Amino acid sequence: MGRSIIEKILSRKSGQEVQAGDIVVAKVDFAMGQDGTSPLAIQAFRAMGGEALFDPEKVALVIDHSAPSPSEGVSNLHKLMREFARETGCHLYDVGDGVCHQLMLESGAVGPGSLVVGADSHTCTYGALNAFATGVGSTDLAAALISGRMWFKVPPTLKFVCHGILPPGVYSKDLILFLIGQVTADGATYRSVEFGGEAIRALSMEARFTVSNMAVEMGAKAGLMEADERTAEWMAQYSRHTFEPVVPDPDAVYEQVLEFDVSRLEPQIARPHRVDNVAPLGEVAGLPVDEAVLGTCTNGRLEDLRIAAALVRGYRVSPNVRFIVAPASRSVYLQALRDGSLETLVQAGAAVVTPGCGPCVGTHNGVPADGERVISSANRNFKGRMGNSKAEIYLASPAAVAAAALTGEITDPREFLK
Amino acid sequence: MLLSGKAHVFGDDINTDYIISGKYKFKTLDLAELARHVMEDLDPDFYRKITAGDFIVAGRNFGCGSSREQAPLAIKHAGISAVVAGSFARIFYRNAINTGLPVVECDTRAIEPGDELEVDLGAGILRNRTRGVEVGITPLPAVMLKILNDGGLAAHFRKHGGFSLD
Repeated sequence: MGRSIIEKILSRKSGQEVQAGDIVVAKVDFAMGQDGTSPLAIQAFRAMGGEALFDPEKVALVIDHSAPSPSEGVSNLHKLMREFARETGCHLYDVGDGVCHQLMLESGAVGPGSLVVGADSHTCTYGALNAFATGVGSTDLAAALISGRMWFKVPPTLKFVCHGILPPGVYSKDLILFLIGQVTADGATYRSVEFGGEAIRALSMEARFTVSNMAVEMGAKAGLMEADERTAEWMAQYSRHTFEPVVPDPDAVYEQVLEFDVSRLEPQIARPHRVDNVAPLGEVAGLPVDEAVLGTCTNGRLEDLRIAAALVRGYRVSPNVRFIVAPASRSVYLQALRDGSLETLVQAGAAVVTPGCGPCVGTHNGVPADGERVISSANRNFKGRMGNSKAEIYLASPAAVAAAALTGEITDPREFLK
Repeated sequence: MLLSGKAHVFGDDINTDYIISGKYKFKTLDLAELARHVMEDLDPDFYRKITAGDFIVAGRNFGCGSSREQAPLAIKHAGISAVVAGSFARIFYRNAINTGLPVVECDTRAIEPGDELEVDLGAGILRNRTRGVEVGITPLPAVMLKILNDGGLAAHFRKHGGFSLD
């Protein structure tokens, strides 16, 4: 019987032929935690009697969610992470290095066929590199740090086949919002997802990361893609290691195959307070916004900053809007400095904050006021997500965020592309 | 394990930001402090309404969103004995078992706020004593039952020196 990508990776990593429904203990290639989850993991590591890491080269702690620290409580937890990293010899990415997921993608340690656990739900982002990467909690992370292993129930797979090429002004963010709207927030719970078809193959690696990043917003355990020449180029740029891509069998068994023609897709938007509350952006065009956020692990990469810069060039940000830009990593920041994208954004009126999660998780960098409306390139719009339960968050593409920053209202970005 | 208490009822898709907001969880590992803010954005007085042993009852996809283990920990430390829901998001489900918070998957549609519930995890039954009805519970996978019976994953590791799931 044919196997899906996740069945093949878990077979390889557990040393036995497995299929959906089996329980396996598999070898972990890399384990990662961030500043919201690592402190509890360190506590659990000690409670489990942990003394050494399974392999310090294969472990990274990242200070990104609340960085630089806004309070003494956060500072003390950051200090705990730094001390643990010093003591165990693992990688530590500190304030200003960037969002954990972007750093993992740039690290070269994760590639096709890898198995990665991260104590952050958006670890599924690396599925675009053909890696089985999934979010776990702090105690699971601690178990992986000690043993280099993790138990999994092999999930069934739901396959999305996207036909056609996205039209101009419509991006991979619109595509994944559309798919989430179709299957809803628990449409892929306990399942692995594979994204394929002409529309996916035509995307850059950066645009593909946006798609896999949001697989968890439909409940999925993984958001996998096949490796191709673009994957190979990314790995050649960032990694010295060799990887073995995993191809699903032609007769792989899928729980469901969903096909969409996306060649006429329009810009999409997720309305408050649910990621699956998706509509064509035109339906809410004209709603005033107070804050526009460009960044995060979903859409803070170089391509995203370039799209926004091209759109705002020659214009000024609306006086009614705070336009906050958080590059996803130090490397993205430097490249956007060198190519002039950041200069363009700052000239237009953007406020650039430290590479990292920015205001996405509500700890710093732009908590909205009561009754305010935010448009963001992030992946979650839950009530209170950005630190104020009396504010509204709309999710859209970097182009739509930039367009709203200029006009002060939700605006179809294609109006700036004419 | 026999649990009993009254039901606090919430809807579908209760995400981990609602369970414990990011603005608190990044600041402290003090679980008593986190427990005071559990479900705050949905019901600012929720913590004060809990009597030890009570249940959180919800619809589909409970615990969706982030991987924060502070979510099951805050619920547990607020005095809730178990979460009863139509279905759970997978990371929350794992985290709950790993931290020793029982999660009960069953049809919750007929449960009303304040109903007196009794959950028999061994027998796999939820009794609604207010309404005089019983519903079956989806059994936990054997692996998870073992971890829960050991007192969570940290205790399991201490006991067995690693994963012992066969």
